[in-house]
Amino acid sequence: MEQIAQQFFNLDIMKASFPMLMEGLKITFLLVLVVVPLGLMGGLVAAIASGAKSRWIRWPAYAFVDFFRSMPPLVLLIAVYAGLPFAGIRLDPFAAVALAFLLNNSAYYGEVYRAGIEAVSPGQTEAARSTGLSAPQTMAYVVLPQAVRNVLPDLVSNTVEVVKLTSLASVVSLSEMVYQADMARSVTYNASPIVLAAGVYLVLLWPVVRLISRHGRKIAS
Amino acid sequence: MDFSDAFLNATVLQKYAPSILSGVWVTLYLSAIIVVAGTALGLILACIRACGWKAVNFVIIVYADILRALPPLVLILIAYFGLPGVGVLWSSNLVLFIVLTLILAAFAEEIFWAGITSVGKGQWEASRSTGLGFAQTLFWVVLPQGVRMGLPPLTNRAIAVTKMTALGSVIGVPDILNQATTAQSFSGNASPLTLAALAYVALFLPFVLLARWLETRFAWKRT
Amino acid sequence: MTLPILELAGLRKSFGELEILTGIDLKVTKGELAFVIGPSGSGKSTMLRCCNLLERPTSGAVMLEGRNIAASGVRLDPVRRRIGMVFQSFNLYPHLDALGNVSLALRKSLKLPRAEAAERAAAALERVGLAERARHHPAQLSGGQQQRVAIARAMALEPAVMLFDEPTSALDPELVGEVLAVMRELREAGMTMVVVSHEMRFAREAADRVIFMDQGAIVEQGTAEEIFGAPKSSRLQAFLARQAA
Repeated sequence: MEQIAQQFFNLDIMKASFPMLMEGLKITFLLVLVVVPLGLMGGLVAAIASGAKSRWIRWPAYAFVDFFRSMPPLVLLIAVYAGLPFAGIRLDPFAAVALAFLLNNSAYYGEVYRAGIEAVSPGQTEAARSTGLSAPQTMAYVVLPQAVRNVLPDLVSNTVEVVKLTSLASVVSLSEMVYQADMARSVTYNASPIVLAAGVYLVLLWPVVRLISRHGRKIAS
Repeated sequence: MDFSDAFLNATVLQKYAPSILSGVWVTLYLSAIIVVAGTALGLILACIRACGWKAVNFVIIVYADILRALPPLVLILIAYFGLPGVGVLWSSNLVLFIVLTLILAAFAEEIFWAGITSVGKGQWEASRSTGLGFAQTLFWVVLPQGVRMGLPPLTNRAIAVTKMTALGSVIGVPDILNQATTAQSFSGNASPLTLAALAYVALFLPFVLLARWLETRFAWKRT
Repeated sequence: MTLPILELAGLRKSFGELEILTGIDLKVTKGELAFVIGPSGSGKSTMLRCCNLLERPTSGAVMLEGRNIAASGVRLDPVRRRIGMVFQSFNLYPHLDALGNVSLALRKSLKLPRAEAAERAAAALERVGLAERARHHPAQLSGGQQQRVAIARAMALEPAVMLFDEPTSALDPELVGEVLAVMRELREAGMTMVVVSHEMRFAREAADRVIFMDQGAIVEQGTAEEIFGAPKSSRLQAFLARQAA
C-alpha cells in the first residue's frame, strides 16, 4: 500500500513537478484552441462535399474521410513529422501536430456533421429554396443550424476525444502537459507526475463526459 | 530529390517488408483480443448495472467515466512506468492489451447501457408477465434489442480504440508503427512509413466501411 | 358455490401520497368474462396490473386458485405463467418473429424442448388465425395481427385466467373487429377473462358481468343488462351518458 502511494501518489514529487505541468498545460490549451476550430471547419467542408450532387466531389470526400478514419492518429502524426522532411517539407512539432490533427479531425467531425445534415428533412431544403434562398444560403441558414443542433452531443464528445489526443504531441517532443509529465517521470523515476497530469485531464474532462452520458440517457428515454 | 525514391523506394521496401509484416501480426492479434475482451467486459458491466445495486453501479459509473476522460497515452505511461515500481512487471504487450481493453470496456459499458435503457418498459412487463425471470428477460428480450442498437457506435469505438495499438510503439510493442519507425531510422528513407500507413489503411478500412454500412441499416421499426 | 379462480380482497395501491386503489373486492369464477369499465384514471389498469403483480399492491390480497400470490416470498414467475396478460401497446418483441414471440416463454420459462414449444406456439397462432404469419416479424404485421400474436403468446402458456388491458385502444377502428373475434372465441372455449376496455358493444354481447370503477373503487356491478339498462348510481349514469354522447 505504502509502495503504491510512493510510486503513484507521491505528493512531494507532484508538488515539485506541478509548475512544469502547468507550463505544459498552456501548450495543451494552445493546441486545443488551434486544432479544434481547424477540425470543425475542415469537417464542415468534408461534410458538405460528401453531400454534393456531383460524384466528382462526393467520392473524393468519402475517400478522404474513410482514409483518415482508418489511419491511427499517431501514425499520421509521425508520417507528417518524420516523413514530410523527405519531401523537403520540414515542419516544427506544433505545425506538424496541427496539420495531422486537421486531417484526422476533419474526417471525424465531417462524419458527425454529415449525420446531422442527413437527419434534416428534405422538406426544409425544399421550403427554403421555394422562398428564393440560394443553395449555399439554404445550407447556411436553414440546414446547418438544425444539423448542428441534432448532433451537438456528438460534436462535444468528439471534441473530448480531440483534447485527449493532443497528448500524442508529446511523442514528437512538443512540450505539452504529457511531455512535461513524462520528463518529470524520467527524472524522478516515479509515476506521480503522470498521475498528476491524469488528474488535470480528469478535472477538465470529467464534467463533460458526465454531461454527455446524461444527455444520451435523455435521448434514449 | 526524387519523390518516389524517398517514399516508395523498392529496395528499402523489399528489405523491410518482412519486419513490417511481423508488425502487422502484432497489431492484428492485439486488436482482436482487445475487441473481444473489451466488448465482453463492457457487456458484463452493463448487465451488472441493470441489476440496480446502488453501490456497485456507482463504482461502474466512476470507472467508465475515468477511463473515458483520460487520454490512453497517459494510462499507458502510468501502467508501463509506474507498475514496475510496485513490483508488477508486465511486458509492454500486456500493458497495452490491459489498458486498451479497460478503455474499450468503459465505452462499451456505456453503449450497452444506453441500449438496455432504450428498450421500453413494456418489453420488460410483457416478458415478466409470461413468467420469464429478470435474468431471462434481460438475456432473451432486452439484450438482443439493446445490443443491436449499440452495434454502430460500438463498431466505431472499437476501431478508434484498436487504432490506439499504435501507441504501443511508445513503450516498445513491436507493432506496425514501431517496426516502421525503426526501419525508417536505419534506412534513412521514408518508404517504411508509407508502407506502414498503407498497412493500417488496409487493416482498418474494411471496418470503417462496415461501420458505415451498419449505420445505414441499424434502425428497425418499433412496435 | 364454485371457488373463484381469481379473487381480490381489500386491495389498495398508492403511489406516494396518491391513492389509486382504495380497497377493491372482486371474485372472478371459472369461465367467467368480467368486463371492467370506468373513466380514465379510475384505477382499472392499475387493478389489472396488480392481478399479476406487475404492480405490487400496498395492502390486500390477490388470490389465485385459492393462494395469496401477493404474500411475500411467493415466487412470481411460475404464478405469472398461470395469468396471461394482453397489453394495450401489444409489447411484442421486435427482434423475434411471431413464432419466436409465442414460444420464448414456453422454452425458457416452461422449459419445453424446442420442437414441442414450436408445436404449441404454432397451435396458438393457428387459433388466432395467424398460422401463415408465423415467420413474420412484428414490424411486418398490422396492429390487429400484432395484438392477435400477443394474445397467442399469453394463451400458449394455458393460463388459468387472462387479463386484457385495453386490448383494442391502440388499434385503427377497422382492425378492432378481428381482435374482438379472437377474444369471443376464447370465451366460448371457456377461458376465464378480465377485460378492461371501452368497447361497450362487446361488453353487452359477451360479458357475464360488468364492473364499473370510479376513483379507485368498484361502484357498481351486475349483468350487462343491469349496468347498461338500469344503472343505479349517479356516477355510472353520468359515465354512460358521456359514453353515448
